[in-house]
Amino acid sequence: MPMPAEHILHRLADIVGPEHVSVATVDRITHSFDATQRQCLPDVVVHPGDTGEISRIVRLANEERIPILPRGAGSGFTGGSLPVRGGIVLVLTRMNRILEIDTDNLIAVVEPGVVTGRLQREVERLGLFYPPDPASKDFSTLGGNIAECAGGPRCVKYGVTRDYVLGLTVVTPTGNVIRTGGRTMKNVVGYDLTRLFVGSEGTLGIVTQIILRLLPKPEARKTMLVAFAAIDGAAQAVSAIIRGRIIPATLEFMDGAAIDCVRRATDLDLPPDCRAVLIIEVDGDRALLDGQARKILDIIRPLGVLETRVAETAGESEAIWQVRRSVSPSLRALNPHKFNEDIVVPRSRVPEMIRALEALSTRYGVPIVNFGHAGDGNIHVNVMVDLNQPGMDATVHQVLDEIFRTVVGLGGSVSGEHGIGTAKAPYIGMELDPPTLAAMRAVKQALDPNNIMNPGKIFPENGTTAAAGEADPAADPSASDHG
Amino acid sequence: MAEGKPLEQFQDEIAQCVRCGACQAHCPVYLETGREGSVARGKIVLAAAVLAGEAGLDERLHEEIGLCLLCGSCVAKCPNKVPTDAIVAALRRRIVEEQGLSPLGKGVAALTGSKPLLASLVKGADLLAPVLFKKIPATSGLRLRFAPTALKGRSLPPLPERTLFARVPEFLEGDPARPTVGIFAGCALTYLYPQVGEILVRLPHRLGCSVYLPRTQGCCGMPALSSGNGPLVHTLAAANNKAFADRDLDCILTACASCRGMLAGYAAETGRPLPAQLVDIHVFLHQQGMAAQLAALPKWPQRLTVTYHDPCHLRTAGITREPRELLRALPQADFVEMEDAGLCCGLGGTFTAAHPELSRAIGDRKLAGLTASGATVIASACPGCILQLQDIIDRAGLPVRAVHTLELLQQALTESEP
Repeated sequence: MPMPAEHILHRLADIVGPEHVSVATVDRITHSFDATQRQCLPDVVVHPGDTGEISRIVRLANEERIPILPRGAGSGFTGGSLPVRGGIVLVLTRMNRILEIDTDNLIAVVEPGVVTGRLQREVERLGLFYPPDPASKDFSTLGGNIAECAGGPRCVKYGVTRDYVLGLTVVTPTGNVIRTGGRTMKNVVGYDLTRLFVGSEGTLGIVTQIILRLLPKPEARKTMLVAFAAIDGAAQAVSAIIRGRIIPATLEFMDGAAIDCVRRATDLDLPPDCRAVLIIEVDGDRALLDGQARKILDIIRPLGVLETRVAETAGESEAIWQVRRSVSPSLRALNPHKFNEDIVVPRSRVPEMIRALEALSTRYGVPIVNFGHAGDGNIHVNVMVDLNQPGMDATVHQVLDEIFRTVVGLGGSVSGEHGIGTAKAPYIGMELDPPTLAAMRAVKQALDPNNIMNPGKIFPENGTTAAAGEADPAADPSASDHG
Repeated sequence: MAEGKPLEQFQDEIAQCVRCGACQAHCPVYLETGREGSVARGKIVLAAAVLAGEAGLDERLHEEIGLCLLCGSCVAKCPNKVPTDAIVAALRRRIVEEQGLSPLGKGVAALTGSKPLLASLVKGADLLAPVLFKKIPATSGLRLRFAPTALKGRSLPPLPERTLFARVPEFLEGDPARPTVGIFAGCALTYLYPQVGEILVRLPHRLGCSVYLPRTQGCCGMPALSSGNGPLVHTLAAANNKAFADRDLDCILTACASCRGMLAGYAAETGRPLPAQLVDIHVFLHQQGMAAQLAALPKWPQRLTVTYHDPCHLRTAGITREPRELLRALPQADFVEMEDAGLCCGLGGTFTAAHPELSRAIGDRKLAGLTASGATVIASACPGCILQLQDIIDRAGLPVRAVHTLELLQQALTESEP
């Protein structure tokens, strides 16, 4: 195990204090993974306290050519916080202050280690609203949300993380501290570097301060569950609602396979012939919600609706959402290994995409469970397999390959909200043509000439065969190596 | 005798963790430290590394595995219900098997494992001081809290002269048509808060039940489990089973959430379930119609404002409604909900002795919600929580009293309005 030279550890300890630097095996192990379940050991774990410290650490890493990457909650699905080449993991959880909530200008200034759900609770106390709501919002950090440009169910109406970032303080890969954007909605001075950093997966710099845009909190919301006889009806309903000039706050769907899983795990109370569910939530002024709900139900009634349930109380609304939340944990009963892809297609193409997924499931004989954010075309495709079966590894990759080709063919994207990281790097070329990829590499090269900042991510490595999705560590014997 | 399921047999449970990170939102220790080793996911990865021979049982591993309150919050919220508390307990047993008990663990063993010593614990000051002193820095408030000379201090119950066993008979005859209940009092309600233990015995009797408080019961075994002492857990479980075995009981009642959690785990932990169904006293009283009985009493003109703290070991067992409904029905108090009622108090049995500052910092997270609630009394259903809450409150200088829910019920039933 190559240990970083003594003088480097001394300098790190000088910068952040010895209690915030560790090369202990235990610390290296506990910072070696994320939600992909792959493992790669870092050489050093550092918990910095402010922008100045991070700038000095990155400058040192750049001088010494040591790989370095930021880590928030470590809850990413594509390997963004995996130290695939070892080096320094910078854990940003100490930088967790909400510095300011400005109720006049509707902005919040925060450090990257603030957990998204905590900011939401704080601003909602003041009657304000930070909409992006990834499923991980109760533990993932705003820094991580920005690195991956996290989405969530409310995106259909409110957009994704990038739509709420007004300005950033960033330590660049050479250790410079730069400030992008600012505290105003309008700002056209120079390039829009803010948008460049949002979704850059920690490969272009380390975000150390964030200026976020807030909205007034909607007065009320109303949740509905609609059971359909077939997936086609549910998929058509999505387009019909939007054509009806209504944008619900969320428009989530579950396919028949997802319903079966939930049925097995809980005493789900749905009609026996139900093969698709939409969960629709509208929000806004209380006075308008009943009318909106009625209008939606009128629009979708002819599309094979078996039953509708409109929540009248917060408890009933919670019960509806509990159905949606119980999908993920129930999947493992199908098969031990889950390949969770977050593809996105234009919402009018959702029915075609679902049909293609069903055909693939039948053709290859592997269960594919689909649910997710139908309203914005972002489907969570879960290919459930048992990798212990001979040949399954190859089959899965063939299935994933076909899924991604179909997505791109329908004008969609291979990742809606999880990012590329290591897991999807092999597929990036399906979507981006060589000149586009070359432009991206040029940006990376210009900002990070020594390729120290989260190396090995986004861009396919030569001869790479990295697995897509959330693969079992046992499936990739090289996973615990680093170097 | 088996000594608890070894770490090797947790392979499947360890593999159930998909490392999503959801436990971070619910771990009292992680919320304070922000360090991956503090949280369930980090500990599970370490358990896997120990089994794979990638991590040794070194000093850093001890520290991380020590940073767990065994509160079960992560298990309750885990999408795959990975039993991290059991995995941590198995890791601690492994450490003890290979390296022996820590000084704290030895203190626990000496105290809770020895019949003569348990019997001599009538002077409550001896109960906690010798165990806790060894690891507490001289500057710690806990040292003051548990020092025999300071036990009469503001943060502590006045030390009782007589233990629970000296206050009530072993058997109280009731109406033969009504249930016969066993009482598992636990160390704290026997020695430290015997007046609460006495309510635990007398309230069911008041309702017509026959009540049996066997003298041969001992410590529930939670401190032994927490310090990785598998053999002692088994000895205590066997002794407690035997204590209740000689009478036909409808159920066994507890008023200490942690004891209840430990006793409920006997079957899984030792293969020796208790001989009768275990029921929390609040659930029992609620079933017996106590809330309606209280609600029928005339309201006092001058009422307290009371709030409730959920002990982790009741909350994670899903017992949150009954204590609140009893409190809402009180004639002498108005109930208010506090924000973060379910946040851990930070005591965690021996955790507070090993990590006094962290324990206190976790506890201090309760203060904002308590202050905002406007309550002057905070009730809870676990003596450990009550001890910790009063300490947090006193250090912050708040005019709030921490009491056991049972004390308020007793007040409502026996005192007339002022």
